[in-house]
Amino acid sequence: MGKRVAKEVSIAVADAVAQCRVDVISAYPITPMTHIVEHLAELVNNGELDAEYIAVESEHAAMSACIGAAAAGARTFTSTAAQGLMFMYELLFIASGFRLPIVMVVVNRALSAPISIWNDHGDVMTMRDAGWIQTFAENGQEAVDLLYHAYRVAEKTMIPVAVNLDGFIVSHVVEPVELLDQEQVDKYLPPLKMKYKLDPKKPITMGAIGVPEIYTEVKKAQDEALKASYRVILQAWKDFEKITGKRYQPIETYWMEDAEVALVLMGSLSETAMNAVDKLRDQGKKVGLIRIRLWRPFPLQEFIKAIGKVKALCVFDRAMSYGSTGGPVGIEVRSALYQSNKRPKVLNLIGALGGRDVTVEDFEEIFDRTYSFIKAKPRFTYEIYGAKE
Amino acid sequence: MRPEWTKFKPVNIKELPKEDWIAPGHRGCQGCGTVLPIKLALKVLGPNTIAVSSTGCMEIITSPFPFTSWKIPWIHVAFENAATVASGIEAGLKALMRKGKISKKEWINVAVFAGDGATYDIGLQYVSGALERGHRIIYFCLDNEAYMNTGVQRSGGTPLFAHTTTSPAGKVIHGKVGWKKNLDGIVIAHGIPYFATANPIFFADFLNKVKKASLVEGPSFIHVYSTCPTGWGAKSEDTVTLCRLATETRIFPLFEVIDGKYYILNRKIDKPKPVEEYLKIQRRFRHLTPEEIELFQNKVNEEYERLVKLCEVFAPPKESS
Ligand SMILES: Cc1ncc(C[n+]2csc(CCOP(=O)(O)OP(=O)(O)O)c2C)c(N)n1
Ligand code: SF4
Ligand SMILES: [Mg+2]
Repeated sequence: MGKRVAKEVSIAVADAVAQCRVDVISAYPITPMTHIVEHLAELVNNGELDAEYIAVESEHAAMSACIGAAAAGARTFTSTAAQGLMFMYELLFIASGFRLPIVMVVVNRALSAPISIWNDHGDVMTMRDAGWIQTFAENGQEAVDLLYHAYRVAEKTMIPVAVNLDGFIVSHVVEPVELLDQEQVDKYLPPLKMKYKLDPKKPITMGAIGVPEIYTEVKKAQDEALKASYRVILQAWKDFEKITGKRYQPIETYWMEDAEVALVLMGSLSETAMNAVDKLRDQGKKVGLIRIRLWRPFPLQEFIKAIGKVKALCVFDRAMSYGSTGGPVGIEVRSALYQSNKRPKVLNLIGALGGRDVTVEDFEEIFDRTYSFIKAKPRFTYEIYGAKE
Repeated sequence: MRPEWTKFKPVNIKELPKEDWIAPGHRGCQGCGTVLPIKLALKVLGPNTIAVSSTGCMEIITSPFPFTSWKIPWIHVAFENAATVASGIEAGLKALMRKGKISKKEWINVAVFAGDGATYDIGLQYVSGALERGHRIIYFCLDNEAYMNTGVQRSGGTPLFAHTTTSPAGKVIHGKVGWKKNLDGIVIAHGIPYFATANPIFFADFLNKVKKASLVEGPSFIHVYSTCPTGWGAKSEDTVTLCRLATETRIFPLFEVIDGKYYILNRKIDKPKPVEEYLKIQRRFRHLTPEEIELFQNKVNEEYERLVKLCEVFAPPKESS
């Protein structure tokens, strides 16, 4: 096991990418992901990482180059945020449709307009249906661990993986982070061997037209592959546990055994929420916390299990879905519960948008509201949390 | 000249392989002069080549699943980004060869076949990026002067006055407004090792250009005159005539530019045919008035003279043998 060293999380993530022995990096700078790729460029130019760094002219090009490189059999990396992710949008669907094991770190940032460099999940929620495996880190250590995991999973499933970490709040903090030893990484991540790639010795056609007779079947196969990736994802975490003793699972729970009300969250806000849970537990309130680490494929069974016997849930979304029935996570959760015989009330708040702070006190108040929601009539609606009148 | 060409031997046409790397039976129209250059280029590049296509006619006619016309590895990703996909492939191959993960005995050609729409318009930024970064790719712009795949809409490469579905020959506006975008100038300005225009009917010239491009250890770009009888309203049996006339009228002159600085005129046209001969066998030009034809003729002369001058002023240094 490596040493615990204090590092800016972006640098630690980049070091982990280098340990994964990527062959091709292709990225275009955008705040707050810049430090990751700057550090990688430095490693390449100092001869510490044997890789091609393609300094492309846009994010759309970054993903285009990753697709080309991966199709040729190379291990690839890119990273982006917000407008950059929007700009590469077209290709996200092509990468997954091609079943290429590309790994991308999304350093989550709010979308324009108005332009904002601060954190929320508006960017990544637009790729919710893009056919990528998507995980969310709570902190720097988890970001690094999810990065190793991403390559392992992507290359075993041939599905691209997006690792999400909150802009600034996670990406720019200095944190004690433990990287694996190089031998451990090499063991966890054997060299990429692709069954189908662009190889003159075994020519294949990639990107043919899907005529109506075949398109539906291709999409079905893709969906089945994404669902089947669930077991591979779990196994990859088990294997990671064998090396590090650290246990990861699709859903993280905190004080859920006897919880009456619970908060549902993704990303780094859960650290603040945990403090609120601790305070309320001290007061004897049976509150709990559910953090979704694996967003796609959505861990339906795990989620239903995790909610235990709660009477009301508050899903705290960090992205808009204008004019719909909730935030993206809220909609997902309600839809999941509809298929289950557990039917807690669901309060759906959308907040912490564009870098707005949500404090421990705010979460205490949110828990109070969730309590009073137990007796409320079910409402298929949502509320923007913390907006000034 | 370029160090890669010191032992350059021109292509021996008699020794060209019989085998085609793009199979017959594709769905191109009769007389399609856009697919022809791909077939010819692959005769030179051979099977040790990865091909990248942009979305467009050539992609559609060669890949309706479960069929494929490609006997070499081929990829199509999107409309605008073939140059960047090729950049990624090239970078991938380089890294994998350096690390000994694939054989480095022989470089694998990475060839792009992209339309004029994909090159002049939506993909210009991608082309520029790839050329600037210096990837070893061979970019063929198959210029059939409109968006054929989507039903003949105008592109930045559509000629002056040509009728297309988005530059129709109307009562007030007579077809495409403005001269073809100077794509050659833009590409040459990148100072890439090798640029050439090519016309498949000038067979030996075409093949040698492909060979030169394949030897260059950096980006090369070949702007290919590519007829489209369907989109141009020409007879399919006129493809060869059109190709010949395009160059003999000086509309599509053949030249090369080395390292962005040395210009070589490959075929001097001293007795040009009148452009009218070329225009009159295509329906896209049938609405032209005599004044418009004259204007067209004058512009062609002007452009050609400019090129001749460039070739005189920026002639390559004489090789000391
Ligand atoms: C982003 C995007 N915009 C538009 C299209 C529609 N489209 C597909 S091919 C094409 C035109 C292709 O023209 P060109 O590159 O000249 O190739 P040609 O078909 O003429 O050979 C267009 C507009 C697309 N596929 N993708
Ligand atoms: S429409 Fe034109 S370019 Fe397309 S296949 Fe037919 S002739 Fe060739
Ligand atoms: Mg065209």
